[in-house]
Amino acid sequence: MSKPPYARELKVCLCHICGFACPQDAHECPRCFSPVHVRKTNSLARTWAFLIASIIFYVPANTLPVMYTSMFSGGSENTIMSGVIEFWQHGSWDIAILIFIASVAVPCMKFCVLGTLLITCQRRSCWAMRERAKLYRFVEVIGYWSMLDVLVVAVVAALVQFRALSTIEPRLGILFFGLVVVMTMLSAMSFDPRLIWDAEVNDVE
Amino acid sequence: MSNNPNIPAPTPGTPQIKKRRLSVSLVWLVPIVAALVGLSMVVNSWLQAGPQVHVSFQTAEGLEANKTQVKYKNVVIGTVTKIALSEDRTHVTATINLDQSAEPFTREDTQYWVVRPRIGANGVSGVDTLLSGPFIGADAGRSEVTKEDFLGLESPPPVTYGQKGKRFTLHTDDLGSLDIGSPVYYRRIQVGQVISYNLTEDGKGVDVQVFVNAPNDAFVTDDTRFWNASGIDVSVDASGLRVNTQTIPSILAGGIAFREPNYSPDAKPAPEHYDFTLYNEQETALAPPSGEPKFIRLRFNQSLRGLAVNAPVEFLGVNIGRVVSVDLDYDPKTQGFPTTVGVVVYPQRLGSAHGKLVKQIGGESEEQSAQLIKRLVDQGLRAQARTGNLLTGQLYIALDFDPKAPKVKFNPNSRPLEIPTVPGSFDKLQEQLQAMVDKLSKLPIDSIANNLNGSLSELQRTMKQVNSDVLPQMRGTLEELQNTLKTANETLDEDSPARQQVNQAMDEVQRTARSVRVLTDYLSRHPESLIRGRTEEAAPGSYKGKSSSRNIELESQP
Repeated sequence: MSKPPYARELKVCLCHICGFACPQDAHECPRCFSPVHVRKTNSLARTWAFLIASIIFYVPANTLPVMYTSMFSGGSENTIMSGVIEFWQHGSWDIAILIFIASVAVPCMKFCVLGTLLITCQRRSCWAMRERAKLYRFVEVIGYWSMLDVLVVAVVAALVQFRALSTIEPRLGILFFGLVVVMTMLSAMSFDPRLIWDAEVNDVE
Repeated sequence: MSNNPNIPAPTPGTPQIKKRRLSVSLVWLVPIVAALVGLSMVVNSWLQAGPQVHVSFQTAEGLEANKTQVKYKNVVIGTVTKIALSEDRTHVTATINLDQSAEPFTREDTQYWVVRPRIGANGVSGVDTLLSGPFIGADAGRSEVTKEDFLGLESPPPVTYGQKGKRFTLHTDDLGSLDIGSPVYYRRIQVGQVISYNLTEDGKGVDVQVFVNAPNDAFVTDDTRFWNASGIDVSVDASGLRVNTQTIPSILAGGIAFREPNYSPDAKPAPEHYDFTLYNEQETALAPPSGEPKFIRLRFNQSLRGLAVNAPVEFLGVNIGRVVSVDLDYDPKTQGFPTTVGVVVYPQRLGSAHGKLVKQIGGESEEQSAQLIKRLVDQGLRAQARTGNLLTGQLYIALDFDPKAPKVKFNPNSRPLEIPTVPGSFDKLQEQLQAMVDKLSKLPIDSIANNLNGSLSELQRTMKQVNSDVLPQMRGTLEELQNTLKTANETLDEDSPARQQVNQAMDEVQRTARSVRVLTDYLSRHPESLIRGRTEEAAPGSYKGKSSSRNIELESQP
């Protein structure tokens, strides 16, 4: 069975924005004038950089309190994990699982997935290429939902302001958590999934 | 697909070559910045971290790890990070992370306590903790030494660091109703409070620490008297019933009042930690100082029913001491049961007499006072149990001079000194009564009664005779007398004919008298008429004109 030709063989490359098949040596898309690259520039390095930054930010995001709750029975600061544990101990295991998945499991999974993708691409591994491509698409999709925690804190802090009765204030930890999410998204965006398949043939650049 | 008709074919030219000067991508700045931020935060928190202390409490009631705050003047200075049982499980240990600025709270004499809602007679405190939950209060010490392990107080310290005022120590026999926080009053104004109390080392008294706030601490002089102002003081004296109290809270919760005596000429403000005595009531507190007590033993050969401990001892009517013990003794010689009474006398209460006596004997040592008492006993000083209150039979001890008392030997070397006694006044009265009763019982009451009986029956017989014979006659006589009186009455009545006749007769007499007078007048003027008869000029008309006023009156009468 004959495989379809590679774009490289036809000396064309796709514009990232409008999908126009540009000549390979073009620097701008002839149609929409956006920069054209055969592969995303410096993809691996950028992905690595954003990934490492997000891992670094992940530490204060988990150790610093994200939320200060002041009820009339005293105030307390909660980190992400202590909030999860508190919910779990009070019997709200469903909310606890939801927060755990959104705030802990998903970022961790993204670190693992992106790390795996990066390492395999660098080693030009031919292992489970199709699955890796699926993983990448999955990471891109769930990236948006990682902001759930930040959103919850923002909404709750804005709504629960009853002066003496109860107040909820955001704390520094949520800023770092937001940065983690942004960094992982940037990291995922910098990654070029075509690199997965480049292991089949010789490198393009 | 390059030959798209919509776009012109790219003109060949020099290719745009972008050459990166640095071989390292700028994107690596992002993780570096992230690492720097994280590192700076670590350093910052490490620099910001304050000291950690461990405070042990009896109970962790209301305390929660990572939630309970430590406050000083309601400013948060730290948080409880861990609560654990002690190894022997007798108390709990709270680990507290203090802020960096809370360095003074690691000083050795820093105090920690749990602020909970408290309701007492002195008021309600910590109400806000009902809602917010307890917090740990802290009060920085002033010691130079720091430590990590503290013993938490179970109740808030009444006096916080830096409060101006002075502490004083009061000695008393028992605490009464005082407690930590009991108020201290000066002229019924609260100026301080009790901050602590403890038993003295020998366990025979209580030391009460009080704190008097500035500026009122200046009123505490070295001559100031403190007394227990708890309760109600009811006294009955010549001016009537008097009820004396401090404020209502002090009645309920106890309190201490102080004042200087009315006359304290050279009193200086007392220094901090000055020792005072806490008296039981105002009267004893403000009394002149009693000085050193002297113990004296008295031996009575009589029942001392009604003599209680604390009964007064009076010397010539002056209260100089009190009874401290009443014990029964056995004397094998006489096989009697004498009562031994221990009394304490305060010689200084004698006032100037005491001073003069001391000067006379030249000292106040035990030997010299024994000699003094010997001299007084030789002069007739005797102790006597007297009745102070006839109703209740309360006794008191009176020391008095009895010149007629039999001489006794006084031993000045015995300790305690023993003053001879004479029987009490009530005993004497009893003896006299007994003698009187004896005499009465010797009277021949039986024969007296027999005689009396005979006389009485004689009298009875006489009375019977009087009733039967004399009384009816008496009645007839009386009736007749009544008739006579009635007739007399009728005769003398205004309208009776007898009375009218008398009136007429009287008028006649009056007229006759007048005629006679006219006649005599006429005769005195005209004596010749006796012979000649009445002349013309001497007619009654001419006479009339010269008549006196009395005559006119008489004439004009009808």
